[in-house]
Amino acid sequence: MGRRPSGGGRSGSAEAAIRQAVSVSLATGLYGVSFGALAVAAGLSLSQTVFLSAVMFTGGSQFALIGVIGSGGLGSAAVAGAALLGSRNGLYGVQLGPALELKGWRRWLGAHLTIDESTAVALAQPDRGARRIGFWWAGAGVWLCWNGFTVLGALAGQTMGQPTAWGLDAAAGAAFLGLLWPRLTDRRTLLGTVLAMAVALLLIPLAPAGLPVLAAGAVGLVLGWLGFGGESGDRPADPSVGGPPGSSVGVSPDAAGDGRPVSAGDDRSTSAGDGRSVSAGDGVDGRAGFSGGGRAGAAVSGSSNPSVGGLVEPVPGADDSIARGPST
Amino acid sequence: MTGWWLTVVVASAACLGLKLAGAAVPRRWLASRRLRRALGMMTVGLLAGLVATQTFASADGLRLDARVIALAVAALLLWRRAPFLVVVAAGAAVAAGLRLLGWG
Repeated sequence: MGRRPSGGGRSGSAEAAIRQAVSVSLATGLYGVSFGALAVAAGLSLSQTVFLSAVMFTGGSQFALIGVIGSGGLGSAAVAGAALLGSRNGLYGVQLGPALELKGWRRWLGAHLTIDESTAVALAQPDRGARRIGFWWAGAGVWLCWNGFTVLGALAGQTMGQPTAWGLDAAAGAAFLGLLWPRLTDRRTLLGTVLAMAVALLLIPLAPAGLPVLAAGAVGLVLGWLGFGGESGDRPADPSVGGPPGSSVGVSPDAAGDGRPVSAGDDRSTSAGDGRSVSAGDGVDGRAGFSGGGRAGAAVSGSSNPSVGGLVEPVPGADDSIARGPST
Repeated sequence: MTGWWLTVVVASAACLGLKLAGAAVPRRWLASRRLRRALGMMTVGLLAGLVATQTFASADGLRLDARVIALAVAALLLWRRAPFLVVVAAGAAVAAGLRLLGWG
């Protein structure tokens, strides 16, 4: 797949971009099966599930949404969790602007296709032409595969019966860990992760479903603001870990073509820990954000937990949730 | 079931809006390393929170069951650099197996 007729005048770099894009699309798309199955298990209809994959089209957020819903959380908490995880894509868009230079309608269509995978494949390419090709092939390829497999998964999910018997809830946890793993590149990030988890665990018995996740995000936000953690926030995570075989692609740091690091470009601040900013963009992640696998498990497992009451508001900044604390 | 349409549509619009905003916003608005690092750590925190709730939350608070073992196996596999799909499938298989044996 992904072979172009040879001799068509495509450069080697364009062919390489297409090959990477296709392998990433297939690997990521395959994972859409679990999203489809878990979404249905969480209580969404087939059309709602498909709507999410087609329009929201960002795996981490999709999984977060069905996770909160499935565990009995309020819609507003589900929206907040999805949006906060989706903020990453906005950062990717900012980086891709100068790297791709899309104009007119392509810019807006491109925005919709801006996810971990398309960003990583694009930024991995050596020149602008190959970057554009990589971006469109990966973006469109993942979209097609992701949606197709979502439908399959949802249809399968409707006939599967009890999702816990299949271990789908545990699969979701494993998937989230798989997303998190490549980001644990330094000790401070690891420590921040432990703190965020601790806060979430503390809140689980006390707060309405959904809120512990947002609070954990707020912990991360605050720690990051205080200078904690690595630099990888605006890049797709390192694909080399956990990524599907063959999807790893070294991302060259200054893919923006203007000689500056793609992401770290304009920093004035010198704080920045370990200089990874320049080199960290190393990967196409099979699914850095794309898959998220998870929350759904809670969805699945906690389903006997109808509306734990409580007020989780769609906080624009998750800090609120922490400031307010457990609402009990 | 149909009651979730509002949530589904609003959340999708929010995520799409963030993507469009990223394409529209001048690059210098996000030039601050501090802001980017904060957002990066927010992602880490959210994922950590998702792992925690996914693995330990139950209808009545915290609970240790087959999911914990599954997560440990997943972590082991990730450490051994197993492919993502293998990790996820192993998580499901371990939990399903333990439940079949009557635990968790």
